[in-house]
Amino acid sequence: MDKTLKIGTHSFQSRLMVGTGKYKDFEETKSAITASGAEVVTVALRRTNMGQNKDEPNLLDFIDPNKWTILPNTAGCFNAEDAVRTCQLSRELLDGKAFVKLEVLGEKKNLFPHMSQTIEAAKTLIDDGFEVLVYCSDDPIFCQELDDMGCAAVMPLASPIGSGLGIINPYNIEIILENSSKPIIVDAGVGTASDAAIAMELGCDGILMNTAIAHAKNPVLMAEAMKEAVLSGRKAFLAGRMPKRETASPSSPTTNLIE
Amino acid sequence: MPPKLSITLNGEPTTLPSDKLEDLLDSLNLQNKRYAVEINREIIPRSKHSTYQLSENDRIEIVEAVGGG
Repeated sequence: MDKTLKIGTHSFQSRLMVGTGKYKDFEETKSAITASGAEVVTVALRRTNMGQNKDEPNLLDFIDPNKWTILPNTAGCFNAEDAVRTCQLSRELLDGKAFVKLEVLGEKKNLFPHMSQTIEAAKTLIDDGFEVLVYCSDDPIFCQELDDMGCAAVMPLASPIGSGLGIINPYNIEIILENSSKPIIVDAGVGTASDAAIAMELGCDGILMNTAIAHAKNPVLMAEAMKEAVLSGRKAFLAGRMPKRETASPSSPTTNLIE
Repeated sequence: MPPKLSITLNGEPTTLPSDKLEDLLDSLNLQNKRYAVEINREIIPRSKHSTYQLSENDRIEIVEAVGGG
């Protein structure tokens, strides 16, 4: 039996966290999220469309905040001030809940994190009582700094957001894991189930993904695959893999052969 | 004559017939929806929506949760 994943004051059974972007509609979003078994669901904050009619559905009508833990992000923010403002608005929106995914981007093409602005925003948010899950580069020194300053979870990218390239630097992830005192959640870049399994086999505490599920041909089936991959990868990590060797080692007895 | 107020709502210049925030919110079909209100970069808590008085040139932001990763 695996232990629960503790992030700040929260505890979770599932180690898979999922986003709600890029789905065809809210029905598909809900079906995929349900199939994934995720308990933590990310959302973005945007201006309300003023022309909307009374019956236009809202994401949170489908994803009930009493059933899932909503993790608002600061996607689209390119400086600390905008990110902090977005988190404060999300806290008001979610009845005072202060569990946020901090994401300060450095540029629009590759969406790499702007680390000095990320650190500045994290400081302000932690001082203001937020539990900060921080999207960051896979640099072990930055990850250590975010861990030391009191972020609730450190979330290095596997590869650029939405790229589906998988874990392009597993060695960095291993170094980050060796030094961490907080949960390490790989965030962004997962493309398919084996990527998720690899992250968990490395010893990551969890994975956050969006596009890999939402842009699969069958998102609900991919959500199930991701759920199983995360469970399998985690079990393989806990089981401890066999050592690698350079030559073969027969699995069947080499004695008493029939001659 | 009711007061006419020029404000900016989610980036759009708008004229309002009332200076009550509550009247504006009522007119936007936000009933039963989750949203947050910020005026001149200050969050207005839900508990104060019913009593808040708007002023000329206020910059009002109303935000909601949307799909995102």
